Amino acid sequence: MEPLIEVKNLTIGFGNAEPTIKDVNFSIQKGETLALVGESGSGKTLSCRAILGILPSTAHIHSGEIVSNTGETSQDLLKINEKLFRKVRGDCISMIFQEPMRSLSPLHKVGHQVAEVLELHRSISKKKIKKEVLAQFKRVGFPDPERAYKSYPFEMSGGMLQRAMIAMAMIAKPDLLIADEPTTALDVTTQAQVLGLINDLQKETNMAVILVTHDLGVVANMADKLVVMNKGRIMESGTAKDILSAPAHPYTKKLFDAAPVIPISNVVVPAVPHDDLILDMKNISKTYVSRSSTPWKPATQIKAVRGVDLQLTRGKTLAVVGESGSGKSTCARIALGAELPDEGSHVHFYSESNADPIDVSALTRSERCGFQRQAQMVFQDPYSSLSPRMQIIDTLLEPLRIHKIGTKDERKQRAQDVLNLVGLEPSILRRYPHAFSGGQRQRLSIARALMMEPKLLVCDEPTSALDVSVQDQILDLLEEIRDARQLSYLFISHDLAVVSRIADEVAVMRQGRVVEQAPPCTLFANPKHPYTKALIAAQPEPDIDRPIDLNLVALGAGAPSSWADNFRFEDDNAPPLQELEPGHMVRCHV
Amino acid sequence: MILLRFAFYRLLTMLMTLLLVSALIFMIINLPPGDYLSNQIEELRATGQTNSVAKAEFLRHEYALDRPIIEQYFIWIGAIPGPHGFSGLLQGDFGWSFEFDQPVADIVGQALWLTVLVNLAAVLFVYLVALPLGVIAAARSKTWVDYTSAFVGYLGLATPNFLLALILFYYGHRYFNLPIGGLMAPEFEGEPMSFDKMKSILLHLIIPTFVIGTSGAAAMMQRLRANMLDELSKPYVETARAKGVPPAKLLAKYPLRVALNPFVADIGNLLPSMISGSVLVSVVLGLQTIGPALLAALKSQDQFLAGFILLFVALLTLIGTMISDVLLMLLDPRIRYGARK
Repeated sequence: MEPLIEVKNLTIGFGNAEPTIKDVNFSIQKGETLALVGESGSGKTLSCRAILGILPSTAHIHSGEIVSNTGETSQDLLKINEKLFRKVRGDCISMIFQEPMRSLSPLHKVGHQVAEVLELHRSISKKKIKKEVLAQFKRVGFPDPERAYKSYPFEMSGGMLQRAMIAMAMIAKPDLLIADEPTTALDVTTQAQVLGLINDLQKETNMAVILVTHDLGVVANMADKLVVMNKGRIMESGTAKDILSAPAHPYTKKLFDAAPVIPISNVVVPAVPHDDLILDMKNISKTYVSRSSTPWKPATQIKAVRGVDLQLTRGKTLAVVGESGSGKSTCARIALGAELPDEGSHVHFYSESNADPIDVSALTRSERCGFQRQAQMVFQDPYSSLSPRMQIIDTLLEPLRIHKIGTKDERKQRAQDVLNLVGLEPSILRRYPHAFSGGQRQRLSIARALMMEPKLLVCDEPTSALDVSVQDQILDLLEEIRDARQLSYLFISHDLAVVSRIADEVAVMRQGRVVEQAPPCTLFANPKHPYTKALIAAQPEPDIDRPIDLNLVALGAGAPSSWADNFRFEDDNAPPLQELEPGHMVRCHV
Repeated sequence: MILLRFAFYRLLTMLMTLLLVSALIFMIINLPPGDYLSNQIEELRATGQTNSVAKAEFLRHEYALDRPIIEQYFIWIGAIPGPHGFSGLLQGDFGWSFEFDQPVADIVGQALWLTVLVNLAAVLFVYLVALPLGVIAAARSKTWVDYTSAFVGYLGLATPNFLLALILFYYGHRYFNLPIGGLMAPEFEGEPMSFDKMKSILLHLIIPTFVIGTSGAAAMMQRLRANMLDELSKPYVETARAKGVPPAKLLAKYPLRVALNPFVADIGNLLPSMISGSVLVSVVLGLQTIGPALLAALKSQDQFLAGFILLFVALLTLIGTMISDVLLMLLDPRIRYGARK
C-alpha cells in the first residue's frame, strides 16, 4: 500500500550554515502512529513543520521530497504553490502544539477559533458549522460544549485547552495529525486523558498520527513506528516494539538510560528523622478570595491549601508532588514568605541547628533581608526567569548588590566560583541569556540562586521544561551541590520519576492536602492512598510490554466519595494523617 | 452590561479628576505673586496714571481678585456666589479676559472648535498613516519596505515642525496651489458656516494636519511595528497558519488584534501632546486656534482665559482616555473579564 506521507531525503538549513536537518526519511501509513523522538534541537519539530509548510521564513529546503497521498492524487508538498498548500493545511493535515495556553489566540472565543477551520475549508452555513463544533467538543470530552464554545482561552485549564486544540485539529477529519509534544505541559492524569483521546479519535477516523515527543514512556504507549533523531539526523528507525525492546544505536540507549523511572524495590529505608529541622511548616492554610461578578453575590473562597504540615530536615530533600492545582506551588511560595498563609499557620525557619526560629509568616524588614540571604528559589522556566536584557554577571551580582555583600572583586570571585560549581565557564560572564541552551540556562538560574550562599533552596519544577538527558544532568548537579554545600531542598514537582530519584521524603498533595507522605522507596513500592496509586499508574513507562490503560488511568483517583472505605470522605471532612509504619503517613480512617 | 457599568463608573471618575485638575490649574496659574490687575495697577502707578488705577481697582473687586485664593477658585467654578451671585464655569460663564478686554467665551468661541478640528484631523492622520505602515513594516520586516518606512518616519520625527511647515507651505503652494496660513480664506472669517467655508477650511487643514501629525505618526508606527513583531512570533500565529488561514486575514485577525492594545491606549496621551505641540505650529502657521491665545494669556497671567483653556485641554485628555479605556474593554476580553474578578 502507498504510504500516506513519505518524507524523502529532506534537508533543511538556515542561511549558509550547515543544514539543520539532513537526509531525513520516514513514511507513515493510514491509521498508523509514528513517534519522532529526540531532544530539543534534534530537528523533529522542523521536519513536522516542513510537512505542514509552516517553516520559519529564514529556513531553506535544500533538497528532498514530501510525497503526500492525502487527496485523490499523489503530490509533492514541497512543489505545490502556497494557495494549494493552504487547502491542505487544517483540512488534510493538521497540527497540535505544545503549549495550549499560548497556541490559542487570547482574544478570540475558543469556539470561534475551532469553527474557523471549517469556515476556511468547507462551504457550509455558520449554523451547521457551530453544530459540528459543538458535536466535536462533546466528543473530546467537554462536559458543557455550549459553554466551552463561548469561553475565552484564559478561562480554561491547560488540559481543557489541549482538548480544544485537539478538537480544532480534528474538526475537518484530517488524514494526518501532527502532535508536537502535546502532553509535555500537562500532568500525568491529564496526559493520559489527552493521549487516550487521540487514540480513540484515531480509531474512529483511521487517521495517521505523527507524535513528536521526548518522553519514551509516551512512545511505548502510543507508537507503532519510531524514529529517533539527533542533531538533525535519523539515528534509528523501525517499529516501536523492536526499538524499545532492543535499542541498537548508542544514542537511543543513552536516551533510555536518561529517562527517569520509578524504581520498584522492596528495600525498607528508615524514616527521615525530624529532629534537626531547617523548615517547619505547621497547619498551613491558604484561602484565596475571588470577588464575584455582581456586588450582591457573596465572594467565593478558594481553599488552595488546607492544613498542611511539612517538615524539612537539614541537609535533606523534601519533595512535594501533585497535579496542577494541588497547592504545591502555593506551599513553596509560603515557605519563602512570598505569600502569607491564613491565620493560625506557622512557618518557622531555623538558620542553624540550635538557632531561634524565624517566623517566615511575620517577617520584619530586617528579618526578611536576613531570611532572603538564606532561602532562595530555582524557577521552572529558565527561558523567562532570566532577564534577557541583563548580562549574566549583572544577573548574578544583583542580589549581592542589593544586600551589599562583599567588595567588587569579592563579588566577581564569588560569581566565578558559583559558575564553576554549576559546571559553566567563568568566561561567559559578559554574555546574555539568549546565547545559552535550556539546560545551560537552568544551570545559570541555579547559579543565581546560589550566589547568596543560601541554606535552603526551593526548587519549583526545575526540570520540567528540559529534555530528559538535560534533566538528568540538572538533577545530578542539584544532588552534587546539595552535598557540597550542605543545602536543604524543598522540591516541587509533578513528575514522580524525578522525585523518586532526588528526594529523601515525598509528600503527595491533592486539593490542598497531603494525602500520603513517606520516603520514596516506601512510597513507590507500597503506596496506600488511592490518589498516590492513581498517580503512579498514570506514569507511562518506556516498556512496550507494560502499556498503561490510558482510559482507565485518565479517570485519576476519582472523587473521594468513591474511594475504598478507609479513605472515603464526603464534603470537607477528610480523615487525619495516620502513621501506618515508621515514616509512612497516610490520610485514612484507622 | 459590564461595559455600561464600566462606562458609567469611568464617567464618574472622570468628573472627579476634572474637578481635581481645575483646582490644580487654578493654583498653578496663581503661583506667581500678584495677578493681572495688580500688575497693571503697579504699572499705572509707576507711570503716574492714577485715574486709571481706580478703574483697575474697581475691576479687581468686580472679579473678586481681592478675595482669598480659595474663594476665588470656588467663585470661578461657580460653587459659591461671587460679586454678581453664582456665575462661574458651572453656570456657563467662562469669565473675563483682561488681556483682550473681552469675555473669554468670545475669544475662544470659534478658536475652540477649530482647535478641536485641527487636532482631531491630526489624530486621525496619525492613526490612518501609522496603522497600515506599522503593520506592513512588521509583516515585511527587514526588507526595503520596512527600511523605507522607518527612514521616512525618522525624518518626520527629526524635522522640527515649524521647518516642515515652511517647506510644505512653499511646495504645497507652488505645485498644488494650496493656501498659505490661516484655517480659512479671509473672506469667510466671522461668517456663518456654509459649504464654501467648509471647503475652504478643509483645504486649509491639509498642511497643518500633516505638520502636526507627522512626528506622532512616525512614533506610533514604530511602536506598532515593534508590538506586531513581538506578536508575530507567538505560537497562536503558528496555529492560525497551520489551519490554513490566508496571510492577509491572518495578520489582521490575530497578531494585529493583540498589538492594537497599546495603539488604542495611546488615544488619551495623543490629544494633549498634540495640542501643546501645536501651539508653536499655530503661531508659525497663523492658525486661529487657541494656541496663540493660551500663550499670550499665560505670559500676562490672564487667569480666567488661561484657566479655561487649560481646563479645556484637560477635558479633551480625559475624554480621550475614557474613549480608549472603553475601546480596550470592547477589544480585549481579558480586560473585560479582568474587571469582573
